[in-house]
Amino acid sequence: MGETVTYTARSPGAHFVPERGASTDAGNLAGVQAPSVGPEDIDFASIQHSPEFIELRGRLRRFVFPMTGLFLAWYLIYVLLSSYAPEFMGRPVIGTITMGLVFGVAQLVTTITITSIYRGYAKRRVDPQVRLVRQRAGIDRR
Amino acid sequence: MTAGTPSTSLWMFAAIVASVLAIVYRVNSRNSSRADYYAAGSAFTGGQNGLAMSGDYLSAASVLGTTGAIAVHGYDGFMYAIAWSVAWLLGVLLIVEMLRNTGRFTLGDVLAFRMRQRPVRAVTAMTTLVICFLFMIAQMAGAGAVVALLLNITSRSGQSIVIAVVGILMIFCVLVGGMRGTTWVQMFKAALLLLCIVLLTVFLLGKFNFDFSAILQQASANNSLGQAILSPGTLYRNNTLDFVSLALAQLLGACSLPHVLIRFYTVPDAIQARRTATWAVWAVVTFNLCAMIIGFGASAVVGSSAILHAPGAENSALPLLAFRIGGQALLGVVAAVAFATILAVVTGLTLTASVAFAHDVYANIIKRGKANPAREIRVARLTAVAVGVLAITGGILANGQNAAFLAGLAVAVAASAHLPSLLFSLFWRRFNTVGAVLSSCGGLSSCLLLIIFSPVVSGSPTSILPSVDFHLFPLSNPGIVSIPFAFLCGIVGTLLGKNTHDEQKQSEMEVRALTGIGVRLS
Repeated sequence: MGETVTYTARSPGAHFVPERGASTDAGNLAGVQAPSVGPEDIDFASIQHSPEFIELRGRLRRFVFPMTGLFLAWYLIYVLLSSYAPEFMGRPVIGTITMGLVFGVAQLVTTITITSIYRGYAKRRVDPQVRLVRQRAGIDRR
Repeated sequence: MTAGTPSTSLWMFAAIVASVLAIVYRVNSRNSSRADYYAAGSAFTGGQNGLAMSGDYLSAASVLGTTGAIAVHGYDGFMYAIAWSVAWLLGVLLIVEMLRNTGRFTLGDVLAFRMRQRPVRAVTAMTTLVICFLFMIAQMAGAGAVVALLLNITSRSGQSIVIAVVGILMIFCVLVGGMRGTTWVQMFKAALLLLCIVLLTVFLLGKFNFDFSAILQQASANNSLGQAILSPGTLYRNNTLDFVSLALAQLLGACSLPHVLIRFYTVPDAIQARRTATWAVWAVVTFNLCAMIIGFGASAVVGSSAILHAPGAENSALPLLAFRIGGQALLGVVAAVAFATILAVVTGLTLTASVAFAHDVYANIIKRGKANPAREIRVARLTAVAVGVLAITGGILANGQNAAFLAGLAVAVAASAHLPSLLFSLFWRRFNTVGAVLSSCGGLSSCLLLIIFSPVVSGSPTSILPSVDFHLFPLSNPGIVSIPFAFLCGIVGTLLGKNTHDEQKQSEMEVRALTGIGVRLS
């Protein structure tokens, strides 16, 4: 990740906080933990309209909305099959283990899988973008 | 059934209670500020909090209820339990990180963030209190049955005394430990519970040479329903729509429960909130798989009629199985863990209710956000005592009522009253005060009205009031109607109150939710 200084120096997205020095030196912020900029100093609207924030929101939504649809549909299939096709779900698959039990365990497996995929995606695609937005906003100094 | 002399169980109980009190006492060093008392200073790690979260999530009702339902009803009990695991995905994908970044102490913080404070907080506090209270009574009512079995206390007055003791211990934990103490108690209990469940599962599998198919065979041989327990239809044959409704409510409500949501405030940032959820998913899924094996195993080893004839009926499957496998000692362990579970979950609920009242109602509605923090904490502690007393009374009165039904109702209320406004306020730019209030109120009232006019309350032999019949709604779970209705209310309300949303606050909330900019933990 490049130096924050470069962003504050020339990038158009770097005007959210009046002045780096001004915001951190402000007396009312003394004693506040790590993110040392209070909400009253931040121009949230311009962060919200900045390209990097729009990219962040897009990355998150492009992943979580389809994934939510997917798991809801998959779960609904399971519930509807159990409710309206009990013969099919009662069919033995391995020994006495029935189709329904296999489907049920598959629900648990997909739950773990989706969680893990999301975690990997967030680490790769979301967290770095969050850091970028925070740096450009002058929240994190590095 | 007779589970031997209760002396071993008594000793285990004493040991567990002593450990819980010791934990609460030890961690109580600094509960001076609101951030400490309400959110444990947001200083837990994702792993710790994930364990505590699974402790909150795996309540006595779900641990004893799930294994029991699988033992007695087989597949349908299992299907019901699945919803609790899958429900986590909603939290992981859509809710927990943004919730952590946006709020501070309560759900009201998030819902009222960009709205007019007083109406939204009033409604959210009300729904939070209703849900906590329903859930708490469910746990307390279950406690009566559990101790009946585990300590051989069968008289109603004896059970009432036990419920009162649980309540008093719970009040002590909340007052002394605050959120930090509660979290440590949850971690302690969740670790014990998971260890116990996993070991029991391994023992059971070993007994059947790691052949799950053989367990199922034996399970259906010893179940009065026979082979039917391996396929759908034992519980929900004649009311499939009712099951769909129940499943929907579980799926959407489990991650909207206030005591689950406010646990995310005990970690410092969104990444830790995500880790919390990931850990909790693993714990809950592990539990679910073990519950499947233990449930069918209980049917195989103990038999369904022995379970149904024991005091506590379905709830006794797990303890009875433990007794068959490990004798008095293992029964003592399971009993003590079940007791710790009840205690830990009601403690979490009491804390949630008291924080909602003190922070939303007292500080932000009555004092209009200008309350003295020290007085706010005092109000929270007083509320905890009041809630505790109410819960003891409610628990004694509801002793013997169907605990699973009360818990199911609480979840349906959460899905209807909390989820729509939570999702709208996180993702819909134009969502406004009118929409938020209408959605929560619509969800809560439709849920309660449908229940009052459902076969659960009147008109069937198993109703609460079997002698009268004023039921108008055919389903016993309102979710399939009340959840879409609450979403609709949110949309209609937003359109009615058009152009009243606060652009500036919306920007702040969205940026803060996604990046954590503007969050202060102190």
